[in-house]
Amino acid sequence: MSETIKVPTMAEYMAEGKTPEVLFWVGCAGSFDDRAKKITKAFVKLLHNANVDFAVLGTEESCTGDPAKRAGNEFLFQMQAVTNIEVMNAYEIKKVVTACPHCFNTLKNEYPVLGGDYEVMHHTQFLKSLLNEGKLTVAGGRFKGKRITFHDPCYLGRANKVYEAPRDLLTKLEVELVEMKRSKRNGLCCGAGGAQMFKEPEPGHKDVNIERTEDALETQPDIIAAGCPFCNTMMTDGVKNKEKEDSIAVMDVAELIANAQDL
Amino acid sequence: MQYIPNILFVIALVAGIGYFTMNIRKIIRNIRLGKDVDRSDNKRERFKNMAMIALGQSKMVRRPIAGILHVIVYLGFIIINIEVLEIIIDGIFGTHRIFAFLGGFYDFLIASFEILALLVLVSVILFWIRRNVINIRRFKTLKGWPKNDGNIILYFEVVLMALFLTMNAADLQLQELGADHYVKAGAYPVSQFIAPLFDGMTQGSLIILERTAWWLHILGILIFLNYLYFSKHLHILLAFPNTYYGALKPQGEFDNLEAVTNEVKLMMDPNADPFAAPTTEVEEEPEKFGASDVMDLNWAQLLNAYTCTECGRCTSECPANQTGKKLSPRKIMMDTRDRLKEVGDNIDKNGSFVDDGKQLLNDYITTEELWACTSCNACVEACPVSINPLSIIIDMRRYLVMEQSAAPTDLNNMMSNIENNGAPWPFNQMDRLNWNKE
Repeated sequence: MSETIKVPTMAEYMAEGKTPEVLFWVGCAGSFDDRAKKITKAFVKLLHNANVDFAVLGTEESCTGDPAKRAGNEFLFQMQAVTNIEVMNAYEIKKVVTACPHCFNTLKNEYPVLGGDYEVMHHTQFLKSLLNEGKLTVAGGRFKGKRITFHDPCYLGRANKVYEAPRDLLTKLEVELVEMKRSKRNGLCCGAGGAQMFKEPEPGHKDVNIERTEDALETQPDIIAAGCPFCNTMMTDGVKNKEKEDSIAVMDVAELIANAQDL
Repeated sequence: MQYIPNILFVIALVAGIGYFTMNIRKIIRNIRLGKDVDRSDNKRERFKNMAMIALGQSKMVRRPIAGILHVIVYLGFIIINIEVLEIIIDGIFGTHRIFAFLGGFYDFLIASFEILALLVLVSVILFWIRRNVINIRRFKTLKGWPKNDGNIILYFEVVLMALFLTMNAADLQLQELGADHYVKAGAYPVSQFIAPLFDGMTQGSLIILERTAWWLHILGILIFLNYLYFSKHLHILLAFPNTYYGALKPQGEFDNLEAVTNEVKLMMDPNADPFAAPTTEVEEEPEKFGASDVMDLNWAQLLNAYTCTECGRCTSECPANQTGKKLSPRKIMMDTRDRLKEVGDNIDKNGSFVDDGKQLLNDYITTEELWACTSCNACVEACPVSINPLSIIIDMRRYLVMEQSAAPTDLNNMMSNIENNGAPWPFNQMDRLNWNKE
């Protein structure tokens, strides 16, 4: 893919004296991780397709501070938070959407007391609202009838009780949605949270992502759906470890919707 | 002379309740060693949580087998305590079955107590089998005192219920013999099957049997009450305040340390004078970031520790524990309580806390355990009484990182990347929008 997608920035909007309806918070993974960048693009295509008036912060965006906070570095977290809040407040941002549950949780729950009060939505919630408003059509397309299992990201599910939005979207794809033995509030972590993504695991007899991939494989899925760039990486690695990457794809909910429509 | 039993009873009652009260005051004092945290908001929601989670056992029944057995024992505990009220009144005034005047309702009450007692007996035996025979990992991993403690409580229950039924069976025999003092009252759906065992006993032996069972039953209850303090079993009382004071915010929201906020604001304030003299005359000791010992935790976390009954649902849901890492959220809570008890004993001995060269970190909880956590909240979700082991893990990580700079190297790299270029990986912030050109 080498075509350039038009992605307006907040700075451009401001230069025109406009404010977009919603800020798309891309996040570090969505900006830099090769796999996650594909999710970002798929989501932007959906936004364009639904004629959503949105912008990104671009080079003015910086890590929310989530991994620093979970690692115990409250200082670094708050430095990041205060800096980001200054930028967002200067642009008078009211509504934020992000495809990363870690950014979502931090922006939604931990920024308000530091002066950053926004309506924050996970991209699956946002897509669901577009669907409800009739701005987005989700139809079976190429995934019709496929067996799909959804892995609940901890920071979307347990942490914020969002279980239905991603499932509602998948159901609309006319897929066969199968649940793992541990799902929703009992969902097992992929192993990336709490800053584990950035370090080697402690000694044990198994990696967490392998344990979780086994849960997913038990459902004999064609596709493992995820709603988090880090879960996506962990599950992709797990599937490779089990040498199933030729038969089972790990895809974000946004990618599934975009690909179903051949966007 | 005829008042000797009454006097002995009052002495036992006062001693039993008095010693228990003394120990409860110690627990309250120990919990107050924690830092302050405001949990006085949203009283309505808090009462609702207490009603649903503690009184209503809503999270217990998520695991149906253990949950239903627990509900039976819990109902038995609460309802059979109405009988204890009668026993206490009888004991003080030398009456017998003082509530017998309730007639049909009394029959109903006694019958319910008996059926519950039988159900409790069966449940407790099944609990014992779960703990000792069936291979259930969360019980199998308990060794030494915690394992014995769990069993002792079950034995207590068996003995108390057996005494209660024996007492009623002997009473029933005496009622039928028309013995003085033994009014005809109550219905005995369970002990009527035990009563025939005592056929042919003299009235005198029956009275001795009935009195012995009666006394051992009430003394057993007083001993059990006082055993609570020394065991893991305080949840029968503390589950109520603990669910009331449990955090109401989304599980994903970690508190923002206020001490840090003040410093960050000062750093970001362009008008702040970097060379300003401290505003207070006396140099205050700067607040410690995070927790290395129990006094650095807040009182709600310490209440959590006393409330934990070591059921292990947290640990059995923990992804780190399931994959063989050392971390066990149950151990985090047990360690916190053990250390808090140690600190409490230290205060009892010395009047105030004297440094014992130990702390929660390293002496109880190792850094390897702390760094294995994925902060996934599975333990928090699993706890039937709203305990939050994760908040203690995070507070201890905060101490390691902010006071000791003792994070694993990989995490230090991640954090310096965030500091330098606003992302956990070494990518330039100026390249943040390049994804749309690829």
